[in-house]
Amino acid sequence: MYAFLYKLASPKKFYQMAGQLIPWCSGLAILLIGYGLLGALVLSPADYQQGDAYRIIYIHVPSAFLSMFIYLMMAFCALLSLVWRIKLADVVLTASASIGAWFTFLALITGSIWGKPMWGTWWIWDARLTSELILGFLYLGVIALKSAIPNREQKDKASAILVLVGSINIPIIHYSVYWWNTLHQGATISRFAKPAIAPSMLYPLLSMIAGFLVYYVIVMLIKARTEVLYRERRSTWVKELFK
Amino acid sequence: MKILHNFLTMGGYAAYVWPAYAVTLLILMGNTIGALRNNRKILKKLKQQLLVEKRQ
Amino acid sequence: MHPKRRQRLTYLLVIMLGVSIAIGFVLYALRQNINVYYTPSQIIQGQAPKNHTFRLGGLVKQGSVMHAKTELEVAFIVTDLVHNINVSYNGILPDLFRDGQGVVVQGQLTAQNEFRASQVLAKHDEKYMPPIVKDALAQAKNSTV
Repeated sequence: MYAFLYKLASPKKFYQMAGQLIPWCSGLAILLIGYGLLGALVLSPADYQQGDAYRIIYIHVPSAFLSMFIYLMMAFCALLSLVWRIKLADVVLTASASIGAWFTFLALITGSIWGKPMWGTWWIWDARLTSELILGFLYLGVIALKSAIPNREQKDKASAILVLVGSINIPIIHYSVYWWNTLHQGATISRFAKPAIAPSMLYPLLSMIAGFLVYYVIVMLIKARTEVLYRERRSTWVKELFK
Repeated sequence: MKILHNFLTMGGYAAYVWPAYAVTLLILMGNTIGALRNNRKILKKLKQQLLVEKRQ
Repeated sequence: MHPKRRQRLTYLLVIMLGVSIAIGFVLYALRQNINVYYTPSQIIQGQAPKNHTFRLGGLVKQGSVMHAKTELEVAFIVTDLVHNINVSYNGILPDLFRDGQGVVVQGQLTAQNEFRASQVLAKHDEKYMPPIVKDALAQAKNSTV
């Protein structure tokens, strides 16, 4: 196990394995999102309360889930980078930041579009919406830091620390609807309780979440491969690629 | 026919549901295309660089 | 674990703990501002600001909604099942506004129990199901009662 992980952490091995993984992941993502979309827009019934407007859940919840999942992934990478000095962790962190920022944007914009007809407002400064907005600014902060510092080691270190400190926001987003009075409702799917959603609506939702997750892996791997090539441009294995 | 009608009108919420899906699709596609384009760019750049080095 | 790595890990954990505690204190101090609404009970206890706009949250009391015949004027009672507040409002209601629905209304107290709203928002729960299932559930509930 350790030997396998160690091998994977070598840039050359990572570059090759990522290249092999991408086509498989693409097929899987198309299947999952395809079934998810069919369920979301055609097969699943309308909601008893919200009618067809609730169908936005199938993109809003996966986006919001991914916006937090990617951040946790980056926090894990930051830890690996700062404590164990694993270079590949910085590559994955760099590759993930902009995808996470886009998912945060999607979670906010789809939530806003959903909120207008159901709640009666595009936006409210409640704890859930505000903490998710802060997550967006954390992503932008990481991206800005990456582009502002020229020295790569300093840049990686500074952004890893920012990511780690900012990870305190993740439990705040998750528990905001329980800690404070909010307009946003509680969690529909949680690990510990039976989902508060009918099975015919649940399966497409789970499929969409899984599909978005695989999508993130694909785009992250493409970006990480680009980043690895750039960082290792002077090494022999990269030069051998073009022989 | 009824299914198609319901699909298009979204029970009166088409003006909200469809833009939400459209913006999601746009951003996911844009991200993928952008990532692929950057990847191709760096491959090309490294190739050229290597050719220059060989000539020297 | 390598002593050097252990040292770095300890540093990080101490920093994280410190920042968490600081943020915890800030959020605790700001808790009343972070809450988006006051409950009717809090208002009766005098916790809500007087002569200031704030939000009131609760359920629309069953059967309390009264529409004016001509205007958009509407009156209803917001309850937390302990205390009631009378709300009056003139404007467009969200699609989900109905008897028993959770609402968050923005406005001011005009008297002890009277609230004049300038905006009414609907709050829904985290449950999603088809109408058929909802009817079946309602029937099952009726037959057992």
